[in-house]
Amino acid sequence: MKKLISILFSLMLPLSFTSASKAGGHMEAEVIHWWTSGGEQAAITKFAEAWEGMGGTWIDTAITGGENARGTTVNRIIGGNPPTAAQFNISKQFADLVEQGQLQSLEEVASAEGWRDFIYPPELIETCEYDGEFYCVPVNIHSSQWMWVNKDVFEKVGVPIPNTIQEFVDVAPKIQEAGYIPLALGGQTWQESLMFGVVASSTLGFPHMAKLYRDKDVDAFRDGKFELTLQTYRDLNKFIDEGAPGRLWNDATAMVVEGKAAVQIMGDWARGEFAVAGKEAKVDYDCVIPGNVKYVSLGGDVFVFPKNSDPKVKDIQLKMASMMVNPTVQADFNNAKGSLPMRLDVDTSAADACMQMGLDLIKQPEAIMRESDDWNSPAFTNAWDDIISEFRNDPNYSVSAAMDDLEDVLTSGL
Amino acid sequence: MNFTKNIAAKIALLPMIIISLTVFVGCIIYSFVYSLTGSKLIPALNYVGFSQYERLFKSRKWDVAVENIFIYGFVFTISCLVIGFLLAVLIDQKIRGESLFRTIFLYPYAMSFVVTGLVWKWVLNPTYGIEHSMHLWGFTWFELDWLVNRDLAIYAVCIAAVWQGAGFVMVLMLAGLRGIDEDIWKSLSIEGIPKWKSYIFVILPMIRPMVITSLVLIAAGVVKVYDLILALTSGGPGYSTTTPAMYVMENFFSRANLGQAFAASIIMFISVVCILAPWAYYEFYFRNKEAKV
Amino acid sequence: MISNNIEASGPRPKHLTIGRIGLYCFIITCALFFLMPLYVMIITSLKDMDEIRSGNLLYIPQKLSFYSWPKAWSEACTGFICEGLRPGLINSLKITIPSVIVSVTLGAINGYALAFWRFKGAYFFFGLCLFGAFIPYQVMVYPLLKIESAIGIYSSLPGIILVHTIFGMPILTLIFRNFYSSLPIDLFKAARIDGGNFLKIFFYVIIPMSTPITIVAVILQVTGIWNDFLLGLVFAGRDNQPMTVLLNNIVQVKFGVVEYNVDMAATILTSILPLAVYLLSGRWFVRGIAAGAIKG
Repeated sequence: MKKLISILFSLMLPLSFTSASKAGGHMEAEVIHWWTSGGEQAAITKFAEAWEGMGGTWIDTAITGGENARGTTVNRIIGGNPPTAAQFNISKQFADLVEQGQLQSLEEVASAEGWRDFIYPPELIETCEYDGEFYCVPVNIHSSQWMWVNKDVFEKVGVPIPNTIQEFVDVAPKIQEAGYIPLALGGQTWQESLMFGVVASSTLGFPHMAKLYRDKDVDAFRDGKFELTLQTYRDLNKFIDEGAPGRLWNDATAMVVEGKAAVQIMGDWARGEFAVAGKEAKVDYDCVIPGNVKYVSLGGDVFVFPKNSDPKVKDIQLKMASMMVNPTVQADFNNAKGSLPMRLDVDTSAADACMQMGLDLIKQPEAIMRESDDWNSPAFTNAWDDIISEFRNDPNYSVSAAMDDLEDVLTSGL
Repeated sequence: MNFTKNIAAKIALLPMIIISLTVFVGCIIYSFVYSLTGSKLIPALNYVGFSQYERLFKSRKWDVAVENIFIYGFVFTISCLVIGFLLAVLIDQKIRGESLFRTIFLYPYAMSFVVTGLVWKWVLNPTYGIEHSMHLWGFTWFELDWLVNRDLAIYAVCIAAVWQGAGFVMVLMLAGLRGIDEDIWKSLSIEGIPKWKSYIFVILPMIRPMVITSLVLIAAGVVKVYDLILALTSGGPGYSTTTPAMYVMENFFSRANLGQAFAASIIMFISVVCILAPWAYYEFYFRNKEAKV
Repeated sequence: MISNNIEASGPRPKHLTIGRIGLYCFIITCALFFLMPLYVMIITSLKDMDEIRSGNLLYIPQKLSFYSWPKAWSEACTGFICEGLRPGLINSLKITIPSVIVSVTLGAINGYALAFWRFKGAYFFFGLCLFGAFIPYQVMVYPLLKIESAIGIYSSLPGIILVHTIFGMPILTLIFRNFYSSLPIDLFKAARIDGGNFLKIFFYVIIPMSTPITIVAVILQVTGIWNDFLLGLVFAGRDNQPMTVLLNNIVQVKFGVVEYNVDMAATILTSILPLAVYLLSGRWFVRGIAAGAIKG
């Protein structure tokens, strides 16, 4: 009976955290992540190898699908059996965990090693800092601000490679007449919203976007520029083929690689698809950051360390955080992954021409663009993306109706 | 009331009773409590009144989801029952290779939908699926682009769903058909009733328990359908193929909006109870013909 | 009389009538529809990626390639570890076999108790239980997490077995109860007159008659539990991760090269156990129920 009551009681408490320490001997660390394929897998191996080189034991809990992995992390924390380290994105995904006191503060090692001095860009510090303390360690940067171009198609059609979204819209009809698909897209919500973000950055510019996503400034939202962006976004539909819905992003990239399509708007990971097909950057294909002002957007990954009652585990966690920001480890890791490192003093000589563009660009502070999910909860960004996706797919969804629904999300406090 | 009457049965049913109360009823209470909170990533007791429900009913997506569950539910249920029964009857005709056919109809049920969903996505895709193949073979008039069509996508989902589920319904019906006495068949043929009539008017009522079982299984599947749609369309194009269960699941997973997820679940529970309770009462209390022991 | 034939009873019709031909045509057409995705999966697993990308979905491979099968089984990378699906096999068996046994047994006892030994309130709880079949599983995860954590079996083999039993209970109880309800009540009455009690009747009368429905229940559970991945992920514990988690890791890659041929091979490999169960279950679809029945 007592047991029953205690069970019922503990159900009603938000979370009872007696994290049993399962890891602890010989620097044993269990890491939950979602890097299970190709380059990602090679990258996490670099971390694992570095850890084992330090005398540690790396227990790899790989779960494909960010949502599944993050969901598992949350479930394990609630169930009292947390991993040593868990992957999240540069975002507000783990804000709740910090607020509920579930994560280990990394301030000790951050202060000791001077993270605030070398983490670049400094915006990453804001991502991880809560109440003046570090709660996560950023490990890389992925930018979505890219347009991948099949040079052959443009040569054959005889039009110049566009430098902005508007220029693309101007030359696209010619490409279409010549029998090519101007814009390759995979019709999944995240891809549609990624494309919208790139269009917005090209037409609105980052300062304006910050007003919307960070400040929730309704006047800035309604000043007419956003409506034009929506309209441009809708105009792109003419240049996308009807088989787009549900298509995977790499199938869309394949269309560009094979010359069926002229352009894909996709993040820097698309480079990997060209590489696998044996194409060389700037030689066989071109990469353009569309817009008169060029941006590098701060997408990417971080690791958090769930609190554990065992002090030995805390020790292990701080050591791992330190390992992840080590310049040599950063070089190995990011070269394998094809992402930008989170500090400037890293050896990036192995980067190809396109990645080099990103590396050069990021050195300019005004080129740095934060994404909406760096300020907003997943609930907000998903509600927003739903509307964008529906807007693209439903021709009867008017611009004004979309504006109203988006404003609703903006002011919802999600 | 004699408490010790049928004591063995009462003890035997104890696990069911305990689980029903602590887990099933417990999770409804848990869901209700947390549906009144603003829980995001983890369950937290920050009371927000009924605002989650307000947001739910304002949501365009939820409207589409509710509409879809009716369409999907209706098409899928009828198709599975009819096709399942039909296949069971056909297999029951003492055909050669019965084992083989039975396995062929049932195997889809064995395959997890992660990849079979992908295959169906290919098959139903106009650019590289059946439509494309037919065009290559010269039948350029052939069209099967339902999957990318906002209004028809849900029916494309039904095709894949029936492919997966009809076999199991067939097996249930077959178990029922095979439980029927020899003599019944003999007397039916003696009376000269055509086979198809005997199946529909005599046999079908006799395997009523199996039909009911199939119906409940199908209904439970309809309410919970998630993996299948996720694999096939991810709820798209846009959100034209989303369902209440998907809405709940995505608020648990990708949206990290637990309060909303729990609110949507409570609405689902209420709907299920409204439909299930009257029928269950009818079926189990009212209609019982077996004598009490 | 009640027969004990394994197949449908009576002789196969000797003459091939129009009706018969029509029957075969129809059933073969249905079979082709059902087989089509499997056909696509097999031929895709035997093609190389270039052919998959550029070719027709339904064409047989121009260049037969067996590359994907060993890769799926023992070499594919699922994170840091590159051992394919094989490591998950033992775990899936460890989870599936006990879970099926426990859940089917419990379902049978419940169904039997409800069908023959009704008492006041039994059906109320049954209704509650049935209601559980309609709850999307993620809704139940949090309460279950807390319960199992409190009992101390979270993230362990008993933990996942309990979870599968709980999830399977509503439907299994229903199908057993319905099946037993359709058995002749006279059998039961006669057994009671002969002095049988709850357990005796269950073992000596009911179980022998339960073959068809037990097979259906086993098929249901083997498929559901073997193919489950999310419950295993949450409740089974890090050392007991089923094959489906590895399958998901191989197949659901978002970033990086997607090898469709390996994905197809991996899926077929993962499905072999349930398929084998189906094939072997065939002979148990018995017409007729038990020997020595009493007529009215």
